[in-house]
Amino acid sequence: MTNPRLLPLYATIAIFLVACVICYAQFPYMASTRVLGNLLTDNAYLGIVAVGMTVVILSGGIDLSVGSVIAFSGVFIAVLLRDTGLHPLVVFALLLVVTTAFGAAMGGLIHVLEMPAFIVTLAGMFLARGAAYMLTIDSVPIDDPFFTMLQKAYYLMPGKGRLTLIGVVMLLSVVAGMVIAHRTRFGSSVFALGGGVQTARLMGVKVGRTTVGIYAFSGFMAGLSGIVFAIYTGSGYPLATVGTELTAIAAVVIGGAILTGGAGYVFGTLIGVLTMGLIQTYIVFDGTLSSWWTKIVIGGLLLMFIVLQKGLLRLSTARLAGGAA
Amino acid sequence: MLTIRSLTKRFPGTLALDDVRFDLRAGEVHALLGENGAGKSTLIKCLTGAYRPDGGEIRLDGAKIAPRSTSEAQELGIGTVYQEVNLLPNLTVAQNLCFGREPRRAGMIRTRAMTRAAQDMLDPYGLDIDVTRDLGHYSVAIRQIVAIARAVALSGKVLILDEPTASLDAREVKMLFDVVRGLKARGLGIVFVSHFLDQVFDLSDRVTVLRNGRHIVTEDIAALDRLSLIEHMLGHALETEVADHATSHDAVIARPEMLTFRGMGRAGVVGPFDLDVGQGEVVGLAGLLGSGRTESAEYLFGLRSGGTAEDIKGPIPIDTPRKAIAAGFGFAPEDRKTDGIVAELSVRENIALALQARRGWARPMPRAEQQRLARMYIERLDIRTSDAEKAVGDLSGGNQQKVVLARWLAMNPRFLILDEPTRGIDVGAHAEILRLIHELVGEGMSLLVISSELDELIAVADRVIVVRDRAHVAELTGAEIRADTIVRAIARHDEIGEVA
Amino acid sequence: MQRTLTQLAPQLVTLAAVVLLVWVVFPGFLDIRLVDGRLVGPVIDILKRGAPVALLATGMTLVIATRGIDLSVGTVMAICGAVAAWAIDGGFGLGGALALAIVAGLVAGLWNGTLVAIVGIQPIVATLILMTAGRGIAQLITEGRILTFTHDGFAWLGSGTLLAVPVPAVIWVLTGIAAALLMRRTALGLLVEAVGINRRAAALAGVNATVLLIAVYMASGLCAALAGIITAADIRGADANNAGLWLELDAILAVVIGGNSLLGGRFSVAASLIGAMIIQTIDTGILLAGFPSEYNLVIKAALVLVILVLQSPRFAAEWRTWRAARAEPRPAGQVQEDAP
Repeated sequence: MTNPRLLPLYATIAIFLVACVICYAQFPYMASTRVLGNLLTDNAYLGIVAVGMTVVILSGGIDLSVGSVIAFSGVFIAVLLRDTGLHPLVVFALLLVVTTAFGAAMGGLIHVLEMPAFIVTLAGMFLARGAAYMLTIDSVPIDDPFFTMLQKAYYLMPGKGRLTLIGVVMLLSVVAGMVIAHRTRFGSSVFALGGGVQTARLMGVKVGRTTVGIYAFSGFMAGLSGIVFAIYTGSGYPLATVGTELTAIAAVVIGGAILTGGAGYVFGTLIGVLTMGLIQTYIVFDGTLSSWWTKIVIGGLLLMFIVLQKGLLRLSTARLAGGAA
Repeated sequence: MLTIRSLTKRFPGTLALDDVRFDLRAGEVHALLGENGAGKSTLIKCLTGAYRPDGGEIRLDGAKIAPRSTSEAQELGIGTVYQEVNLLPNLTVAQNLCFGREPRRAGMIRTRAMTRAAQDMLDPYGLDIDVTRDLGHYSVAIRQIVAIARAVALSGKVLILDEPTASLDAREVKMLFDVVRGLKARGLGIVFVSHFLDQVFDLSDRVTVLRNGRHIVTEDIAALDRLSLIEHMLGHALETEVADHATSHDAVIARPEMLTFRGMGRAGVVGPFDLDVGQGEVVGLAGLLGSGRTESAEYLFGLRSGGTAEDIKGPIPIDTPRKAIAAGFGFAPEDRKTDGIVAELSVRENIALALQARRGWARPMPRAEQQRLARMYIERLDIRTSDAEKAVGDLSGGNQQKVVLARWLAMNPRFLILDEPTRGIDVGAHAEILRLIHELVGEGMSLLVISSELDELIAVADRVIVVRDRAHVAELTGAEIRADTIVRAIARHDEIGEVA
Repeated sequence: MQRTLTQLAPQLVTLAAVVLLVWVVFPGFLDIRLVDGRLVGPVIDILKRGAPVALLATGMTLVIATRGIDLSVGTVMAICGAVAAWAIDGGFGLGGALALAIVAGLVAGLWNGTLVAIVGIQPIVATLILMTAGRGIAQLITEGRILTFTHDGFAWLGSGTLLAVPVPAVIWVLTGIAAALLMRRTALGLLVEAVGINRRAAALAGVNATVLLIAVYMASGLCAALAGIITAADIRGADANNAGLWLELDAILAVVIGGNSLLGGRFSVAASLIGAMIIQTIDTGILLAGFPSEYNLVIKAALVLVILVLQSPRFAAEWRTWRAARAEPRPAGQVQEDAP
């Protein structure tokens, strides 16, 4: 008998495969490594930030600041490269320190003030966006030679598909997220918090340290996502990636995690991101559908997944009750 | 092994522990008794590091200790298992058992080694379960044993069991006690806190009673009888623990039939069963946890739909709680924290809630009327609260239960269902609630009382229905209502001891 | 009345502090003049501009009191604005347009309420669905363009005045009063709080929790519809992309600044409305004070953080202990015994 906790993950994968088959049936060209390469490249920043969001959601929290942090990161990189002679790698390191510290500070506030994560990260969302505005209100292009090299770095897959550097970074982030969430004590503590803070504390989880760690991780991933987004767009713009936090949450939910925390898989989130990317690709391929259909379809998909999970949950509890008889 | 001398703990306005002493030997079960507020939980919290005592000393194996956190207490050798199992249902059994001590290589948890370690930990308890499944998939009793296994593995000297049996049925209690006896034989010192005196007599070697934060007595269990123990706990001789009800059992009193239920229930859940309730009659429902007794109540109150109800005037619809309430029914559920009280609302609002819901939102009860109602029931049921505006969540368990009762009494129902009305309540409140039941019946109200305490059923019920394996299997009336007959009806075909 | 004022004291003090702060940097802040039969001045401007958030916060307060949240209100504003503009252009007349927009808001609320109360989905996810899909629906109605209209009666709702006061201000104040009265003069307030604190216990006590939950989300939808109508009327057009964008977050912030717990239970509509005015005063104040506009968000975020920290339960508890320690240097136990 399979473990019922895996059912939502299986459902997510199954629906992704069905979506692939539908796409292939209509547009056989979509089954090419080119499309795959683009899918990974176009959704790299979303995938990375969604990994951070998954960990936050597993702990029963939420991080609304990530979209703003990505925008801040882009602006930070662009302005620093424009105004200072620092090497991009140094700038990246600086940025990751800043965003990680920012996340840690939010985690600290959540823990020390006992305030809901929703509100603290909402304030963080304003703050990060505001900080981006303060650096510049214009779109700043990046023309550093090293940066251009990163943009052009790819591995040519069989079939002429391009596995870009940022696509690889995304996949590595997912693997790192899987290891951290499912294979470390920190990960166990995250799940424990999602199961119940009080109980987690009694079992010896250092709640404060873990909470700070969770939001610091999310801040780090948002910073990394910002780097990837800057490489992807080749510029920094303070109005970019508005609402990405909600897209990331949607990806996590479609990926099978439960928003109240304590159950879910990082791998599921990757599938969630790819499913959403696939829909976008399909609409582009179709050409006749207007862009707003993307939103409606993603909304419908969200609904479908949530209802599906609800049904699975009911099924497994019913079986449990039956088994106890 | 563990000695506590002149332990004192002060809270603003009260002295929770006043010069308390307590000692625990290796290889004994030492029961810690007292009414709610006697200082039991404060004492335990001082032991587990949740509170810092203001005075006195705790010595473990001769060395003075002052744990500052649960984990520090664990490292010292003191483990605790609470009433509500404090493990994580969303993690696997193995993860729960090894939490914080997972076998690792290069910072990564070795899942297979963890599974083996978990199986090894459960071995001594004779529990053969799949440790890679979520803890939430197992029954409370199994979770309780997993919690004990974890506490013992972590601590290994002192095990504190805080109301461990509160949500277990008789078979599960037996299974748990076997485990505890095994640990005792291995030389652990076990502190056992329980409201169930039978279990205290069954399991413990010595007893310590606390009252109002003071140490009253420590005695070998053999030297005490039930009555003297209760006297120590209450500080005054209890008139009679249960009213003398035997006389009224001699004759079956014919009562006018008020309600008839037909075909209640559904296969797989409970029943279907029929039930007739007379005016002013108390019907008792006996059975083990999971036998279908709570489900029976849920059908009668419209929480589940199936079956029909009728009174003298004709059929009455009861397929939702609202309809059942409209028909004059009331239901005080077993789990008052999740199903009964609305914790942050005041005593007044909690009492008025059902009445207000029946009147509808458009006809609010004037505040003065709500206050009058609250004052009346605070006095009548002796609800101990500073005033009617206090949040119900701040009251003790027994007083919360009385508030839920007051809510239904204010409705003046003709048929009131009480599911475990005295569970988790201290002895004083227990007697008061039994007294109240007698009073209500005198006023012509019909009651259905579900209880796992046989004494309680025998004391109050005119008729006892026994539920077993999701069916109503026996009905006892008059002189048949005795502990031995009920137990026999519950136990028939049911080999006690065959568990899990 | 006195009790209400005491309960609102923290919010009123905060508002006064923010007003004082703005007044110090911009002394003309409190000036109000009568020009051409309409009141003008920064305060009046705040009352008018704060209308959408105040309206959303009214509905949001009720939703949050039931332990829910409604992320879709900004999107519902866009839908309702689009419906109203489409109906005006389609010749349904003012009454028809308003009715259709309000029905759209109620239907959106019914959808959210059904998902939450009957299907049993967590509110944040349930309303996220409409938040995502709804903007697509609004764009579907406007076909991706900004749908403009010319109708003086409709435009009056956004930019007209009633007895010298801007109409949007009148609308949100009246809506707020109506909501507060509806909650406190009937038993609805108590029932909503009971459902928010313990839905199961409330249902067992005979409260019709399902209907109540749906009604609360519909009320939120109605408030969003009013906000959407005002916004569309103000710009004489429906902008499906930007109308109400991220206003749900401002509304939630207003409710929280108003001291209402996101965990449901006790609530105050008036406090949320004050919260909405605090946010708008900060927004307008930053502009008036002459800061470069790029500093707006940072200052707003900092102020909001300060307010939240001051209102956080932990901070309040620490503050009380500190004050108690200063007032009574003796140990607490002794104080008790000394008391007569």
